[in-house]
Amino acid sequence: MTVQLTTSQISGSPLASVDSIIEGLADVGYIASRRIATALFMAQHLQKPILVEGMAGVGKTELALCAAALLDLPLIRMQCYEGLDESKALYEWKYGKQLLYTQILKDRMGESLEGASTMESAMDRLHGMGDLFFSEPFLEPRPLLKALRTDGGAVLLIDEIDKSDEAFEAFLLEILSAFQVTVPEIGTIKAKVPPLVFLTSNNVRDLGDALKRRCLHLHIPLPDARLEERIVATRVPGVEARLNRELVAFVQSLRGLELRKVPSISETVDWARALVLLHADALSPDLVRETLNVILKFEQDIVAVEPKINELISKAAEA
Amino acid sequence: MDGALDVPMQRTVEEFLKALRASEIKVSPAEAIDAHKALIEVGYADRELLKDALCIALAKSEAEVDRFDECFDAFFTRDEFRDAPPPSEAQSQPGGQGGETDLPLAEMLLQNDAVALARAMEVAANRARASDVRLNTQRFLLSRRMLDEMGLRELEELIARMRESGLPRDAGLAERLAERREALFEQANQFVDRQMKLYASETGRRMREKLLAEQKLTAIEPEEFKSMEALVKRMAKRLATKYSRKRHRADRGKLDVRKTIRKSMGHGGVPFEIVWKTTTIEKPKIVVICDVSRSVAAAAQFLLLFLYSLNEVVEKLEAFAFSDRMVHVGDLLDAEELNSAIALILKRIGFRPTDYGRALNDFWENHREDVDRHTTVIILGDGRSNYVNPRLDLMKEIAHRSRAVIWLNPEPETYWGQGDSRMDDYRRFCHVAKVCNTLNQLERIIEDVLRTYSPR
Repeated sequence: MTVQLTTSQISGSPLASVDSIIEGLADVGYIASRRIATALFMAQHLQKPILVEGMAGVGKTELALCAAALLDLPLIRMQCYEGLDESKALYEWKYGKQLLYTQILKDRMGESLEGASTMESAMDRLHGMGDLFFSEPFLEPRPLLKALRTDGGAVLLIDEIDKSDEAFEAFLLEILSAFQVTVPEIGTIKAKVPPLVFLTSNNVRDLGDALKRRCLHLHIPLPDARLEERIVATRVPGVEARLNRELVAFVQSLRGLELRKVPSISETVDWARALVLLHADALSPDLVRETLNVILKFEQDIVAVEPKINELISKAAEA
Repeated sequence: MDGALDVPMQRTVEEFLKALRASEIKVSPAEAIDAHKALIEVGYADRELLKDALCIALAKSEAEVDRFDECFDAFFTRDEFRDAPPPSEAQSQPGGQGGETDLPLAEMLLQNDAVALARAMEVAANRARASDVRLNTQRFLLSRRMLDEMGLRELEELIARMRESGLPRDAGLAERLAERREALFEQANQFVDRQMKLYASETGRRMREKLLAEQKLTAIEPEEFKSMEALVKRMAKRLATKYSRKRHRADRGKLDVRKTIRKSMGHGGVPFEIVWKTTTIEKPKIVVICDVSRSVAAAAQFLLLFLYSLNEVVEKLEAFAFSDRMVHVGDLLDAEELNSAIALILKRIGFRPTDYGRALNDFWENHREDVDRHTTVIILGDGRSNYVNPRLDLMKEIAHRSRAVIWLNPEPETYWGQGDSRMDDYRRFCHVAKVCNTLNQLERIIEDVLRTYSPR
């Protein structure tokens, strides 16, 4: 059972309405579309994780970072990779410490078992000591457990879930739907305050239906020119309006070309930063040619775009 | 949160979910509950907000988001009752019109009450089960049933009575009613069309696909290739999700005593480093040998497509094609789109008289090392060798060396061994020899192959 927060309880919070989310995110430097804000709103009110999809560099991870900043909660990040399992994601016993303690306590063991006449009474005494070595002090929390045990809630970012194995996905289901995990030796650990969970995916592989069903789904598309200009203006404060308009128009027209990897928002922002550092106030062919490697990451793409630079710039200038 | 949704709204949402399911967006009961919860949160005053909220709760992939947007727009446009002629004429009629007939439908028509008509049509559609419409042929019947629900029969009678009465006023009314009735027909038809679009587009497609999956691979028309391709990819995807498992599973809790003790030597016998047992799961290694003579080429194409779509599960796939000489086509398939690759292969080696003996010889000479005891060899061909030496000895060697040999033959079993077919001889060396002529058979066979590799 999830903890239900009533609207009145969180009315003061930045997540009270879609508009306040848009404003709040803008204050921490994230220009959100209405759909993104709605997703956040629903995540809070329905107590569900958000699965964020979209191509690399559209701001999936950034969204989680900014949501944490907005809510003033700690961000706990877990990067997924092939072979990630629960001992790295959830908890691990501190084996070294356990062994060390058994060594140190060896003599004490002897003492306390002294006087036990039979094997059985010795066993009884041992049982009486309880599961000493499988208790909280020997538990090494990993990101998921940390997120559940943080007082006052947290933002949990499970990054690139598509890179993990399918078995791991299944393992996440309990956490995502009930915000609790079961550690066999201790029992079920339940979140005091359910964390706000973001999962990101690049579509390396398709995720299972079970996981998708437990999540709200947010697909972040590449932004239109107006939104992208606002993003660049927020992220790169020094950028001139004209340069901003031109470079965004340029990138937007690049996206229309058949490229191996079209530039996404992060590339646009990087490019804007580079151009500001070069004190540019408008695009020029030489400038673009020299800095093309900031937005295009494949040699073939650069070769394909170079002959078209003049044409693209003049088109961008008109925009 | 202010309680539950009111009933009519809930109905609307249910209908909408039905429409979503028809546009191939999976909506489970749990998601339906989410949708309702979302509605309670956001209300339905702000349409954009409603759309965003439902989309986030229900659409689970990029493609589904697109379909959702489309479906949402299509679904909620039907609230507007368009094409209603301007009401001025009706209102300019002398007063007391309300009592002229005692038929609600006639009243609505005479007063041109678009809102009431729309509502009546929705109600009638619900009673006539418009959202169950599936087939084009049901269209006429459905609009008829809807109109009946709205009281068309009574209206007809009324018009007839008025015409017969002989009073000029009644005749005029009858004419007006008849005119409006035509407009009503038109509107009902449009309504049904929209319903078809919302609920039935999917069913037709599914039916076509079902047929395709059972159709003979060799008889598939070029214009069906596209839907066929999509179908193959989906089947492969289904198998891939079923069988792609982690190769190394850490068995927590099973101590590898031997290794742990070995490692403890360095710490004076204190086992600081614990080693756990792991099991390794094999991934299939597959060698495909395809006959690309005309009779088999189509089947070969889909087999290759199928296998290449399985790349998540199949660790290593080597593909060979032959008609008289055997060539390695794996690189070609990697580099090119499958369709153009197949065309290229056919251009290079296809359509020549088949020579199984020579092809097997080529394979044995050049690619023997691709086959080892982990490999499953899948041969696709009709086994018709033009009366040349079939080189059964090589077939035996291959069978001996590999984990399993599977022969897929597009010909029905009764033809095996007839004429120049050496299938009966070849099948002796195969672990499995099966007729494979439809996509469904193909899927079943590949699934068998994969299942033998996965742990039980």
